[in-house]
Amino acid sequence: MTRLGVGASLVSVFAATLALAQTTTPTTAPLPPDDPRHSGYRDMGAELRRMQDDDTANPAMLFVQSGQALWQQKAGAAGKSCADCHQEVAQSMKGVAARYPALPPGADQPVDLEGRINLCRTERQKAPAFAPESPELLGLAAYVALQSRGQPIAPPDDPALAPFRSVGEAIYRDRQGQLNLSCSSCHDDNAGKRLAGAPIPQGHPTGYPIYRLEWQTLGSLKRRLRNCLVGMRAEGWDWDDPQYVALELYLMARARGMAMDAPAVRP
Amino acid sequence: MANVLVNAPKTAAKGETVEIKALILHPMETGFRTGTNGRIIPRNIIERFSATWNGAEIFRMDLSPAIAANPFVSFFATASESGTIALRWTGDEGFVAEHQVAITVT
Repeated sequence: MTRLGVGASLVSVFAATLALAQTTTPTTAPLPPDDPRHSGYRDMGAELRRMQDDDTANPAMLFVQSGQALWQQKAGAAGKSCADCHQEVAQSMKGVAARYPALPPGADQPVDLEGRINLCRTERQKAPAFAPESPELLGLAAYVALQSRGQPIAPPDDPALAPFRSVGEAIYRDRQGQLNLSCSSCHDDNAGKRLAGAPIPQGHPTGYPIYRLEWQTLGSLKRRLRNCLVGMRAEGWDWDDPQYVALELYLMARARGMAMDAPAVRP
Repeated sequence: MANVLVNAPKTAAKGETVEIKALILHPMETGFRTGTNGRIIPRNIIERFSATWNGAEIFRMDLSPAIAANPFVSFFATASESGTIALRWTGDEGFVAEHQVAITVT
């Protein structure tokens, strides 16, 4: 076949990167071969893996296109675009999604990637923050996360984050909800088994924001966590609840060294 | 401006069968769901997708409310001459999206 389209060649480059990541030899921080952790990518069927690997079939890439346009677009009273401060996205945002949540300079609360984008909106661009799960916020997050593809998850070693991370670990381990389950009950004790026919993944946040087929749209890690809370019949938290960021901090530490595959497709 | 991703070969041999894949951002709202106010959310779907090769139609399909959001279409064509493959989506609420790709047939 003489298929030489730009899309096709991009796809093969990505497929090669991903294959590299999946065979536990990512570029900078290889996981030992006996590491039991793996991305939810490996729990999916072959069709879904192909959908994620092909950048012209992965619907998340539609949102990346929107994010790319927003990156260049001036906004707010400051009249600045993301690119005005951060310039070339491939350099400035490489590995950024792999290390968030983090503490912004001078702040006393950590923020996740979406929170950081909204901080830039309100403080630098002097524009109103994007609503949670809005296509604009998800598009920008996906565009930024794409720059960390294949990069190992590398949470910052900032000691100020440790108390938040331990709150996150407590949330992860404590039972809650009417079904009396903890995150750990499924994602540690029963990962790899099935829950009503669906495989239980290990719960590593390697691919967020994800295009989830059930949602028919892109969604953040927060939305996924809310989904789990509802599933265990626990009380959902408000979108701005700091418990999400604490839990995200712990999940990223738990996935340390694993390769990012954002923006991923999940069933 | 519609958000479209098209995967088609840039070159093909004469007589070769080529695959053209097209993905478009669209909610495909069925018209059967109710919103938070209890009222029906009006139907908003893509009704028709068509493809032409140098103006001659090579593929057409009608879409239904049962098709999921962001529809992905893949179809095949026989490469006969160099030129332009034009894709066109039309639907509810005056939705129109067009995308063109060039192909060289040798």
